[in-house]
Amino acid sequence: MAEAFVSGTPRVPSLTPRAAESLRGLIERRSFWAVFGLLGLFAGVLLMAPTVVVLITSFTSGYSLKFPPPGYSSRWYAALWNESPELIDAFVLSLKLAAIATGVSIVLAVAAALALARRREAWARVAESVLLSPLMLPALAIGLSLLMLFNLAGTGLSFWTLVIGHVAITTPYILRTTSASLLQMDGSLLESAHSLGASPLYVFRTVTLPLIARGIAAGAFIGFMYSFDNVAVSLFLSDARSEVLPIRMWHIIESNLDVRAAAVSGVLIAATLVLMVVMERVAGISRHFR
Amino acid sequence: MAANASTARSASALPLSLPLGLFFVAFVLAPMLLLAWVSLHNDPEMTQAGFGQYAKFLGDGFNLAVLGNTLWLGLEVTVLTIVIGFPLAYLYTQAPGRWQGPLMLLIILPLLTSSVVRTFAWVVILGRQGILNTALLDLGLIAEPIKLLYTPGAVAVALAQIELPLMVLPLITALMNVDANLRQASLALGAGHWRTFWQVTLPLSMPGLLAGSLLVFASSVSAFVTQTLVGGGQQMFMPYYMYQQAIQANNYPFAAAIAMLLLVCVLAVVVAINALGRRSKGFVHG
Repeated sequence: MAEAFVSGTPRVPSLTPRAAESLRGLIERRSFWAVFGLLGLFAGVLLMAPTVVVLITSFTSGYSLKFPPPGYSSRWYAALWNESPELIDAFVLSLKLAAIATGVSIVLAVAAALALARRREAWARVAESVLLSPLMLPALAIGLSLLMLFNLAGTGLSFWTLVIGHVAITTPYILRTTSASLLQMDGSLLESAHSLGASPLYVFRTVTLPLIARGIAAGAFIGFMYSFDNVAVSLFLSDARSEVLPIRMWHIIESNLDVRAAAVSGVLIAATLVLMVVMERVAGISRHFR
Repeated sequence: MAANASTARSASALPLSLPLGLFFVAFVLAPMLLLAWVSLHNDPEMTQAGFGQYAKFLGDGFNLAVLGNTLWLGLEVTVLTIVIGFPLAYLYTQAPGRWQGPLMLLIILPLLTSSVVRTFAWVVILGRQGILNTALLDLGLIAEPIKLLYTPGAVAVALAQIELPLMVLPLITALMNVDANLRQASLALGAGHWRTFWQVTLPLSMPGLLAGSLLVFASSVSAFVTQTLVGGGQQMFMPYYMYQQAIQANNYPFAAAIAMLLLVCVLAVVVAINALGRRSKGFVHG
């Protein structure tokens, strides 16, 4: 450029090497952002689309899952509320199961995290990863193996065998988030509380618990949702009388594709959205996914 | 002195890990050992011990095809989630702060939504009267609805969508940890956006990419609900095969052998990826 000014005669607009280079740079930059922008946008739309499609379908006035629906009404929500005691029962059972399993898991996992999380010894790290291992095991294998155990022990299946299976798969989530918040805690707070003569229980109640409560809440929420949604373990461990909601839904979708499945989905999506926004405010759950 | 006191205190806290430890031994470890033991019997009545079930599985073309299909599905889903998940994670880290909150909710919401509901959504989308068939018919590209549901591609696409957050979240963490100055330096020195991506950003985000691949692979090979509902009865994957052999055929040793093989495959992938992860971490910090 400078050279062009010095010589005083404007160059013909054919591309100088430098202009060609800047054009190449422009194409290079544009192509990068175009590819990344389009793929990223596609991924964003893809994440949302199925949820939106189900919500729209659930308000259909027709008898099938045609999309777009021929007309709109809330009849399937009404049918769900008025004529589907078996779905309501399954929903209540799933809530009860998830609540009990999460409650037991909180006690087991928080206690274990208090004992292990802040220890640096190699065995403590190994113990913690062993206790976290159900996260990686196929849940179906856990379900099958527990079924064999209960058969061998001759206890048969009941609501409580289902609870045991769900505790096994939800504890790792709570253990993970609780350990993470214990690790972030400032150790000198504990030191000063102890040196000022507070008893271990008092320290836990007034110092530790308030600091890790958000981590426990986040893990409990994730564990609860996971338990509520689980099919693989429930499939093996539920007795004939206790059919949980996801399995009921699985049967409906597999057999006659009843539109009530869309209405149930609508209720679940709305509940998840509300709970998630609340939990994000209360416990900042999104931090625990990363 | 303080260190001693704190060691003593954490030693006193140790019994707190007992309840979970005992629960784990009784209801995770013992059942897994039982599973391995049951799989080592040649007949459903479990009278004769031996490697018969494994020999039967590995010596039969149909069984091997089921195993191959399952592992191939895991690989396909992992690659698909990387291709669309990486740009999304990258855009997230480059987005202005006020966009990141809503974007994060967009990524996490599907993860928390019931997987049965998400699978059901794909049944609606891919069905004969679904949105895709309707759109293709309206555009005049097809004369009558085509079969989309119950095809191998459908399972991979649906699972890729369902597992996408598991890839995007670790990638976001990894990308956030990449020093922005390195990218700026590379651009300022004239490397260009593509070259900077391939030679700076991608290698430095490798730990996140591997962590995401691990999660996506492990969950998609054992995604029982999506595999059965979107795949239909025509395609057999390991989880359903295991369920069928245990509950319908009452052949527990064979079901246990299928479970063990699936377990071993997942663990092998975990070990391989962790080994790669250690090397890539050396690369990042060294």
